Formats: sequence, C-alpha cells, structure tokens
Amino acid sequence: MAVVREITFAQALNEALDYEMSKDPKVVVMGEDVGVYGGIYGVTAGLYDKYGPERVIDTPIAESGFVGTGVGAAATGLLRPVVELMFIDFLGVTFDQIYNQAAKMRYMFGGKAKISMVLRTVCGAGFSAAAQHSQSLHAIFAHVPGLKVVMPSTPYDAKGLLISSIEDDDPVIFIEHKALYAVKGEVPEEPYSIPLGEADVKREGKDVTIVATAAMVHKSLEVAENLEKDGISVEVVDPRTIVPLDVDTIINSIKKTGKLVVVDEGYPRCGFATDVAALAVNKAFDSLKAPVKIVTPPATPVPFSPVLESEWIPSTEKIEKAVREIL
Amino acid sequence: MEEISKEMLLWMYEMMVKIREHEERVAELFAQGKIPGFVHLYVGEEAVAVGVMANLRKEDYITSTHRGHGHYVAKGGDIKASMAELFGKKTGSGKGKGGSMHIADLDVGELGANGIVGGGIPHAVGAGLGIKLNGLDNVAVAFFGDGASNQQNFHEGINLASILKLPVVFVCENNQYQISLSYDKQQTIKSVAERGKAYGIPGVSVDGQDVLAVYEVAKEAIERARRGEGPTLIEAKTYRFRGHFEGDPQVYRSKEEVEWWKKNKDPIKLFEEKLLEKGIVTKEELDSIWEKVKKEIEEAIKFAEESPWPSKEEVLEDVFSTPTKGVLVWQW
Repeated sequence: MAVVREITFAQALNEALDYEMSKDPKVVVMGEDVGVYGGIYGVTAGLYDKYGPERVIDTPIAESGFVGTGVGAAATGLLRPVVELMFIDFLGVTFDQIYNQAAKMRYMFGGKAKISMVLRTVCGAGFSAAAQHSQSLHAIFAHVPGLKVVMPSTPYDAKGLLISSIEDDDPVIFIEHKALYAVKGEVPEEPYSIPLGEADVKREGKDVTIVATAAMVHKSLEVAENLEKDGISVEVVDPRTIVPLDVDTIINSIKKTGKLVVVDEGYPRCGFATDVAALAVNKAFDSLKAPVKIVTPPATPVPFSPVLESEWIPSTEKIEKAVREIL
Repeated sequence: MEEISKEMLLWMYEMMVKIREHEERVAELFAQGKIPGFVHLYVGEEAVAVGVMANLRKEDYITSTHRGHGHYVAKGGDIKASMAELFGKKTGSGKGKGGSMHIADLDVGELGANGIVGGGIPHAVGAGLGIKLNGLDNVAVAFFGDGASNQQNFHEGINLASILKLPVVFVCENNQYQISLSYDKQQTIKSVAERGKAYGIPGVSVDGQDVLAVYEVAKEAIERARRGEGPTLIEAKTYRFRGHFEGDPQVYRSKEEVEWWKKNKDPIKLFEEKLLEKGIVTKEELDSIWEKVKKEIEEAIKFAEESPWPSKEEVLEDVFSTPTKGVLVWQW
C-alpha cells in the first residue's frame, strides 16, 4: 500500500536522488559541498555516506570545469551526472558549458549525442542574499534551444519531476526556489515520476487565470483563497516545466476564464511572463476579455535590505491588485 | 624507432599523409565555394594528432578543437561522413547541422570538434571520470591550442583531473599563434608544459614536428593514465602552415617565417627522410601510400558532392533525445 507522508521540498528532492542512485550506478552527484556537507540546503544529505566519495563528488570552486566534466561524462554514455550549481547566479562563470556545449551537442552532431545530465540549481529572493545570490534566471535557460527547464513548486512535484529529469536523455536545468526547501507537503514514499511538459492546475476557478511559477505559485494560491471570500474565482496554473511548455493547459484555462495574470519572479523584460503573455495573445486572442496583466519584479538588481527586497519581490498585494484590475 | 613495428610506422605515415591530403583538398574546395562557413586547417601539425593517436584504442576518447579535422582523421573517424558534413549535406556526421567546427564521430570515441576555445577540455575530464567509475582501462585525451591554455577550462579541467586522479592526457598543440597573437605575448613562461607543476602533474614539452618524439611522450603519458596514475600535460611545439582560417591575410607573421617552417620542419618530410634513411621503407612504398590516400579522399569528396542536401523539415530535428508532452521545439 502506498505510504504518503508530509515531508519538505528538500527531503523530497533527496528521496529522488537516493532512489536514482540506488537504481542506476551511472548516476553520480557532483558539485560544491554536496558530499560531506550534504549540500548547503541539505538536498544531498546522507548520499555521501551511502554511496561514497566516488559517486558523490565534492568539487573545487570551478563551475565551468565541473559542469563541463558532467557534459563530457554524459556524452560518453558512461555516466548520468546530476551536477549541482550552488546558486543560479553562478551560471555566468559556466554558461558556455551549458548553452554552447550541453544544449547544442546533440543538434550539431546530427542527433548522435545524448547528454543525459541534470543541472540542479537554486534560485529566488527573500533572504537578503542580495544581487548575486537571489536571482530567478530560468528565462535565460529557456531562451536557448536544447535545454529542458524544470521549476517545481511543491514537494510532490519536486520528487516526481527530479526522477523524470534524471531519467531523461537530454540536459535538464532543474531549478529549486530557496523559499520552497522548508515547505512541507504530501509525498508518497514510493518512487514515481511526473512527465515533463505537463502543467498542473493547482486550483480551479472560472473568473481569472493566474499562471505562476515556483514560489509565486504559493503566493498566487494565497491570493486566490482571499479573493474567494469576495466571490472571485481564480484558477492557478503551474506550468512546472518552462521547457517543454504545456501550452494546451495554459490556453484552455485562458479560454475558460478570458482573463490572464502572469506572475513570475524573473526579470520583467524578455522573460517567462512576457512569453506567456505573448502566447495568450497569439493563441487565445479572441477569448481575452481584458488586457493581460504581468506581475514581476522591476528591472533592477535584487536589493539587499529586507525593506527594499520585499518591495522588489512580487507580493500577494500586487498580485491581488492585478487580478482586481481586470475583473 | 627500432622498437616500433613497421606496420605502426607505416600507419603513422599514412595518417599524416591522409590529413595533409584531406586539408589541401578542403582548402581547394573552400576556395571554389563548395565548402561554406569557417574552415581551420591542420596542415603542418599532423605529427601531433598522429603521434598521440598511435597510442590510442578505438574505445579511448578524444576531444578536439575548431582545428579538428586532423584529430578526427587520426582517431579513425569516417571521412565520408566528415567530408559530407563540411559540404553541409544530409549524409554528414552532423547531418549538415554542425559543419567543420563540429564534426564528431562518437562511434570511435571522437567527442567532437569545438567552436569554443578550450570548450572541450572538461569533456575529456568527464570522459575520464566515466572511465574511472566504470573500472575501465581506457583514457581520454584533450587536444587544445596554446590560446586555450589561458582559458578557465584548461585550469579547472586539469585541476579536477589531478585531484580525482583521472586517466586524462592534456595535449596542448602550441602552434605559436592564437590567431594573430604570438605565444610570447600570451604568456611569460617558455612552455605551456610548465603549468603541469601548478596542478601537481607531469608536464612535458616535445617537438611537435617529430612524430616519433610525440609518439614516445604520448606513450608514456597514456600508459601512466591507463595504470591509474593520473593525468599528464604535454605541450607539442608545432606550427600551422596555413592561416588561422582559410582567407586569413596573415599580417601578423612574415612569409619568410612560414617558408622556413615548411622547408625545415615539415613533419611528413622529416618522417619520410628518417624512414628512407633507416631503410625501413622504399620510396615506392611511400608513393603507393600517397596514391591510396588520394583515392580515399577523392572518394570521400565524390560521396559528399553526390549526397543530397538535408530536407527543410530537418531544421527542427535532433534538438532533443527524449520526447515529452507539451511544446519542446518552439515555433511561433
């Protein structure tokens, strides 16, 4: 019988890693402080003791070197590396290995290479970690063809999507919002997978659609709850994966409600939110009964002071205001 | 030289000739407009790829560079597929999606040429990690140029291979110019091999125009790697006889300099003289190798010329391996 318990987002990810490592000796974990330390957010805790230093590899602070090592190991088919980039903000020092190497090898080699690799990384503001440790840069990865981009919002999704990502034969960027690690939710003890490319309607509604990602899913659900008291019915759609994108679920929801608010913690220009807005205009123009509203941070670096940072992050107030403006 | 079999010596000669002939013909085809894009040729550097590859097995891995045709040929890559790729044809190694800078033959462990300087170095480290964790006795060799030795991937890759004691050999083809900037203006050390010390691994410098010298140095490094004793950095001092790319006006070096190298340090001529002097082969045997190679190259060119172009729909193919729900390859 299936056992379902409440565990945290971090524990759910840990279970997925443990399951994949126990099942497939080709799966290795590497990155900064993933071994003895167990990962700075504890996601790899216990794996070093269980699988040893050969398969849980503590690396020097050399992101391009170890991400590239993961790419090469995957290209040979000898390993299925799960590489951890401690913060998504560090992608600047390793981006070539991701966007020019991992993403393009299969295409450039005429479909003969498989880059079975997951790059786990941490995004998100809310901890006064300032401009170089708080960004949400999923749009940059989604911009580059050849990468799958996964962004779970709940412990249940985190486990199932990480299992799918590790078993996938393409490079997957798996983005974990740091505000979610301590979030608890129901997760089956048994392994299970959630297919990439399937959005999840986190709450059904009929008046307005909110498409939200990662931590913004929870804020949007809070807003939906509040608005229900005023008789406003909000549908919250979590795409769960940015690439591939479940266009049908998003479009069907817009067709049903006729109104769209996109909430995303990425920067406002050329981002995921504007992408979804463009999609709505392109594929559901006739169904739209109001302008598409976009709620994102402003185009500034992430500020440090808690006062400034909370102004910067899309708040429930701003989300609610956006919804009310198009009712 | 005495301890190397005649068969192996002839293989080395044939491979060097094959690379030379391949590159000279590609230069002509490029000039005729039959090969599009950027082309970087390996003429003059043949002894490096061949001296190293003479020690490798099919199951060993290499990573290559933008100047990658020589590595591909010497590793045993299918030259019909690579020639067709240079033309942009459907039958190419990359189905016409990669071109000269991205030829690869994974079936023989050739993990790809690379358009980014130093980009392939960590891939060899990854191959080394895979070899080690799977308990194999294969090796991975990273080829790169002098310019790449200033890149982060060089330093990070070698350091990682050193601390994990991986079976990787790093081969710097120091052809003395990173496009236009001469070696002495890129770094103040006499040899890239000196950098081995910084990462606690052996660093050896060798005359890259002498295929037997490269062979010996590579042999030691590769055997060491197979024994599980970790990586080695080799610097092969060499020279490219042609421009950085086809069409390079070469304002940064004199014609006299280039002529001097061609006259005095042509790796094929030097090896040929040695083989004849020692009475190992006859001139006729060498001539017949040239004939055989020319025929092979012409067949590859014919194959490329007669091959079909990719169909337009193929632009959307080969982006991903695992199909999914939702939209994976976006088009508005």
